[in-house]
Amino acid sequence: MNTAAVTITYKVPVRRHPVRLFITQQPLGAAGLIIIVLMAIAAMFAPWVAPYDPLAINYNAMLARPSAEHWLGTDSFGRDVLSRIIYGARTALAVGFLASFIGSTIGAIVGVVSAYFGGKTDMVIQRIMDVILSFPIIVLAITVVAVLGKNIVFGLDINLVIAIGLPMVPKVARVVRSSALAIRELPYIDAARTAGFSHLRIIFRHILPNVVAPYLIMLTAFVAQAILAEASLSFLGLGVTEPTPSWGLMLSGAAADFYEQAPWMIVFPGLAISLAVFAFNLFGDSLRDWLDPKIKL
Amino acid sequence: MKISALLLSLAAMLAAAGGSLAADSPKTGGLLKFAVSAEPPNYDCHANSSFAFIHPVRPHYSTLLKFDAAKYPAIKGDLADSWTVSKDGLTYTFKLRKGVKFHDGSAFTSADIKATYDRLRNPPAGVKSLREGTYVDISSIDTPDPLTVVFKLKKTNASMLANFASPWDCVYSAAKLKQDPRFPERNIMGTGPFTFVEHVAGSHWTGRKFDGYFEKGKPYLNGYMAIFISGAPMVNALAAGEVLAEFRGHSPADRDRLVKTLGDKAVVQDSPWVCSLVVTFNTKKKPFDDARVRRALSLSIDRWGGAQALAKVALVRHVGGVMRPGYDLAASEKELVQYPGFSKDINASRAQAKKLLQEAGVPNLSFSFTNRNVAMPYTPVGVFLIDQWRQIGVNAKHEQLETRLYLAAMQKDKPTYDAALDFNCDFMDEPNLALQKYISDDRSSINYSGHIDRALDELYDKQSGELDKKKRYALLREFEKRTLEQAYVVPTIWWHRTIVTHKQLKGWHITPSHYVGQDLADVWLDQ
Repeated sequence: MNTAAVTITYKVPVRRHPVRLFITQQPLGAAGLIIIVLMAIAAMFAPWVAPYDPLAINYNAMLARPSAEHWLGTDSFGRDVLSRIIYGARTALAVGFLASFIGSTIGAIVGVVSAYFGGKTDMVIQRIMDVILSFPIIVLAITVVAVLGKNIVFGLDINLVIAIGLPMVPKVARVVRSSALAIRELPYIDAARTAGFSHLRIIFRHILPNVVAPYLIMLTAFVAQAILAEASLSFLGLGVTEPTPSWGLMLSGAAADFYEQAPWMIVFPGLAISLAVFAFNLFGDSLRDWLDPKIKL
Repeated sequence: MKISALLLSLAAMLAAAGGSLAADSPKTGGLLKFAVSAEPPNYDCHANSSFAFIHPVRPHYSTLLKFDAAKYPAIKGDLADSWTVSKDGLTYTFKLRKGVKFHDGSAFTSADIKATYDRLRNPPAGVKSLREGTYVDISSIDTPDPLTVVFKLKKTNASMLANFASPWDCVYSAAKLKQDPRFPERNIMGTGPFTFVEHVAGSHWTGRKFDGYFEKGKPYLNGYMAIFISGAPMVNALAAGEVLAEFRGHSPADRDRLVKTLGDKAVVQDSPWVCSLVVTFNTKKKPFDDARVRRALSLSIDRWGGAQALAKVALVRHVGGVMRPGYDLAASEKELVQYPGFSKDINASRAQAKKLLQEAGVPNLSFSFTNRNVAMPYTPVGVFLIDQWRQIGVNAKHEQLETRLYLAAMQKDKPTYDAALDFNCDFMDEPNLALQKYISDDRSSINYSGHIDRALDELYDKQSGELDKKKRYALLREFEKRTLEQAYVVPTIWWHRTIVTHKQLKGWHITPSHYVGQDLADVWLDQ
């Protein structure tokens, strides 16, 4: 009996940092993430980044075209457009993230509760979601803003955030419910029930952590929608009011009056909105692809 | 040859004159569509003070007298056929038109005039009249016969005849008011050139020609439609010919755009405007009960620099005190610069303002600044004021509200605002009208500041009864000085009115007031 030594070479996979992995596997998503990070940095450090006070009126520079002094020109009050865009990122990102977080979180809880209890509870919750879904986002947001009015807390209109977040609830609830329905049938949930755990504990300790992936994907995707909704509401005069810098507001009012004489008043805030929405959409889509095991296969 | 040439040129001249006459003689028919950039909060003339009301509603009503828009400020009869004023200036006798009918077919008589003016000067419980102060000098109204009405005054009033031409004093049916004094709040029923057809909230207001209108052959139009539309969509509608006019006023940018788009189809009319934007402080709220705080906020406003700059982008242009600059009873520039807040040395004024705030214990004052969500000129002036206050360390939060909510916030009974950008617009230059916002709360229905100042009331009464112009002028300067020192209500910048209409709209004339000349009785379409 001859014995021969067989050498098996086994290549241990190198564990790469998830961020590096994401950048390699999802370059477009990474580009989106970089834009988002840059915007967030600009928003956070606006007083140091912005060349001018975004509220300061300058009579001598009214409707000034882009120049070395004012890179993106000035508006009808002589306010620096670049500075207002940088500060406007604060409004966009704060309202966008908060509205998306509130809407997605409530939606996730509603979705899990609906799936977990099933039966009549599920039926009632889903019909309510259907009713909310039947309204277009902007119509529902306009109604909520008109009914609730303004409620400024720490410089942010909380009612505006609710108005934008509310239409997201049913969409997230639907997606999370479908994931939660599968999880509900798994043996460890049965085990938890047999062990006598309360419904609250099962939902929050055992189901919710397992629907984090769809939740995160929805949350990221909705930030873009929230930014767009905030811009639309401000454009319609229902969101942020002058002189607060807001991208949507910069597109309305005097900008509409002077679009022929000073097109930069409209072009640059419009580009800022487009870029932000584009970045969040790229990142959201890539995140979905990256986290979804089915797409990986 | 010479004779034939002469005859030819004569014929040409006659043809041209004939053509011109034909073009200028009113044509009947057509529906006039015009834009109104806000909606009326209710249907009662006596309780309203906004163009949003008068533009769609005025064509349904008549008044005792009215301004001749083509010859402003000349006054002519509306429901009055003729009138006389007694030598002592205390009795006004009006002979009324015969055969005037209300839209429901009932006959108009002197009883309707009496009921209307009684409602205006002494409104029953639950009825709001913004003109109580205007008619405080009337002691009695007599109706010796159905076509005569006699007003007796307690004391002379220099502006009384002009008041009778007020476009706000719509004449209501006495019978309807007897049944329900609040009838006009929810119903439209007058003797005006157009009957009410419908009001679709958020969309439009329509009126149809009243066949029983008392002026034979008028109105020329078959009807009108006021379309509620504002901002850029309104300018687009005007440029596209979907509406032929907007009668309030256009910003310089809108005017330029319309003229560029419409070319020779555009007709531009402009005039100084009997309108100013004023800052009203709620004196029932702290710290605005302190004159030092109010004066500091007024001192920090660079009116001269602001007027010059804002005139390029907004429909404001002139610096003035309580009377429209240029009016013969208004302060001259030399007098104006002596008042607090009107100095041309803005740095000195702001240093003084900071000192006053320090003394009042509110160096870092923060408050809510209520404004209308009507873009022009409220938004630019609101933004301008907030910037001015920032320069003395004051933080004003801008709260722009829809007209109904804005008026609710400034309600006299329960005002909820801190400070507001209010408007002081009149239908003519007249101190008795212009000073209504500045006199005491218990004497004026449009004092939203809530202040009581008997010294101002006394000066107001003196000037009101003073028929000597020089003496009246001096009294007005005293009034102006005190009101600007106390700063319950402070003027900011006066308006300038520009209207662009389509060429086919005829018979409409600009006046310094956007409230006057809006009954559309003389308007016609050249189509």
